[in-house]
Amino acid sequence: MFNRLIRLIIKELQAVMGTRQGKLLLIMPVILQTVVFPFAATLDVENASIAVYNEDGGAASKEIIHRLAKTAAFTHVFALHSAAEMRAAIDVQSALLAVHFPPDFSQRVLTKSPTTVQIVLDGRRSNSGQIGANYATQVINGYTQELGARLSSTLTVRNLFNPNLNFKWHVLPSLVAIITTVGCLMVTALSVAREHEEGTFDQLLVSPLTPAYIMVGKAVPGVLVAVLQGSFIAMAAYWAYGVPFTGSLALLMLGLVCYGLALSGVGLFISSLSSTQQQAFLGVFCFMVPAVILSGYVTPIENMPTVLQWFAAVNPLTYCILIVKGVFLKGLGFADAWAYLWPLLLIALCTLSLALSLFRRHIA
Amino acid sequence: MSSLSRHRLLALCRKEAFQIVRDPSSILVAFILPVVLLFVLGYAVNMDADHLRLGLLREDSGLAAQRFEQTLVANKSFAITIGSSRAELMAKLTRGEVRGIVIVPADFSAKLARGQEYAALQLLTDGSEPNTAQFVASYVQGAWESWQQSMSQDRVLPQQAPISVSVRTWFNPASVSRNFLAPGSIAVVMTIIGALLTSLVVAREWERGTMEALLATPVTRAELLLSKILPYYVLGIAAMVLCLLVAVFVMNVPFRGSLLALFGISTLFLGCALGLGLFLSTALRSQFNAAQAALVAAFLPAMMLSGFVFEIASMPTVLQWLTRIIPARYFASSMQTLFQAGTIASVLIPNAVFLALLSAFWLGLTAKKTRRTLD
Repeated sequence: MFNRLIRLIIKELQAVMGTRQGKLLLIMPVILQTVVFPFAATLDVENASIAVYNEDGGAASKEIIHRLAKTAAFTHVFALHSAAEMRAAIDVQSALLAVHFPPDFSQRVLTKSPTTVQIVLDGRRSNSGQIGANYATQVINGYTQELGARLSSTLTVRNLFNPNLNFKWHVLPSLVAIITTVGCLMVTALSVAREHEEGTFDQLLVSPLTPAYIMVGKAVPGVLVAVLQGSFIAMAAYWAYGVPFTGSLALLMLGLVCYGLALSGVGLFISSLSSTQQQAFLGVFCFMVPAVILSGYVTPIENMPTVLQWFAAVNPLTYCILIVKGVFLKGLGFADAWAYLWPLLLIALCTLSLALSLFRRHIA
Repeated sequence: MSSLSRHRLLALCRKEAFQIVRDPSSILVAFILPVVLLFVLGYAVNMDADHLRLGLLREDSGLAAQRFEQTLVANKSFAITIGSSRAELMAKLTRGEVRGIVIVPADFSAKLARGQEYAALQLLTDGSEPNTAQFVASYVQGAWESWQQSMSQDRVLPQQAPISVSVRTWFNPASVSRNFLAPGSIAVVMTIIGALLTSLVVAREWERGTMEALLATPVTRAELLLSKILPYYVLGIAAMVLCLLVAVFVMNVPFRGSLLALFGISTLFLGCALGLGLFLSTALRSQFNAAQAALVAAFLPAMMLSGFVFEIASMPTVLQWLTRIIPARYFASSMQTLFQAGTIASVLIPNAVFLALLSAFWLGLTAKKTRRTLD
């Protein structure tokens, strides 16, 4: 029986990777995404333009403008001469934010009276705008600090696990989870649907293989795809992007296998509900897009409303991202990782049993 | 130039329409998925940090330290967990239960009173979530500054020239992420319908053998293509209208532009998306492969490279040039402007021109690739 299972797995792998198109589509998208996304998916503010409307012209405002221009994030600082121009600059998005100094600014700074600098940001690009405004505020506050006569209290900030807040160190471990999702789900979900459409599923059923064996035979290639693609991206993260690897390789592999199992379970469940490839594909898609959004990749889970946090709690991507990030950045150990591994195994168990019972019902 | 028979075209469109309606997954993707996406994107993706979980370790019992703790606890943006030891809070940080730890060392108030050396407060953030860490740092700094202000007003700290910064947001005063994400998510929805659904359409006919039957009829290339484009165009516009209604009436996203401009730009974008999807379908002839290719070539660029979530200006120059050939970029920018700002011609007209060029390219390429032969 074991022999038959091996043969089935080999047949499945051949179906997926047998053609040139198939091989290309398993490898090329992974390479492409690993190369493009870490550079595209950045919430850092860089190469931003800021517009300055300086009604003052005194020493204090000029010094602050000079410092803003030297800030790495703002590569382009240009001057405006009226409130209408400020409106226009934000309207057409030629500047991410506009800084406005009132006419008596430098004078008030000299006499130590309270005064205000106004920053206007483009709400259409609200995240970048806020981060840009943070940078500008830090520059202004730094200037304020230096003016203060006797500074006695300081606040030092240290970023653990990622000292320079390098966004790629957040993106790449998350990509290990996200990119492998597509491959694994497509292989498992579409395989059954395609067999239905081509009529070869009936041939499988006539063979001595029981539905349980058929399911294992379809799940294993999915797990293999997940592990291989995930390892490739992890290697690229370590060697090409320099993300530090502080945990254990064995734990990473274990995490990928458990994740592959969970995904294969979901894929087989979707395929047990579909009768055509289009349905399977769209089902995969309908699962994948909310799963990526609710995984903590784009936004931390604690920022989401409670209902959506529950969805995030049953989402395999959430746990995979936590495991991979933990292994890369936080030196995650097996004991702590168990908290993330058992949900994956539970999801795998539930989805695989559901898929199996639906298969059996189809056959009967 | 092959002639176009209206009669045949209508018959083919009817056939496509039947096929779409009969398959529940098309309805799912055209109407249910967009609404689900709008809600998920609108309510889940909240990059504004308004509820930051912090741990506080106050090793000092002096007045200044207590005042600082009160400032933090009173601040509505924070959920403070008072910790009893560094190890305990560090464990919480590693597990992600808090996103930052504020440490007030034991000699803090004493150093402050002496006024001779710097009395240092320490903030440790969770760098594995860089965006949140930035927010934590800037919010804690804000709280620290307001603590300093109140201390100096009580003459506990020396006066400093108080330059305050007031930040105002235009076009989205409450900085509601939803207003910013809803227009962009419409762009994603249109890409799904335009490119993903059509990528399966032609390939399916080849796989099932119905293409051969179709080619045996007098149907011309133009009719074949149009019969694939028109029904999915109608579906795309219907989905767009549904998203617009949900966004404006259910989610209270403002729409300040003109509907005419919205339909015009949507038509141009759908032209690009449909062209791309049909091209992949025609070239690859396998549903499995066309689906994957459509995901990589249409959907992922729409999510990642359109400026919808990630700022194009922050990307390296090479990628910025790459985004110029991605239709979703122009569409997302037009949507943002139409929803939040208004019908600003200087933004919309260049976008429309690029979209027209791209759609001519993709549709033309598909037309060239479509042949009336079997090979």
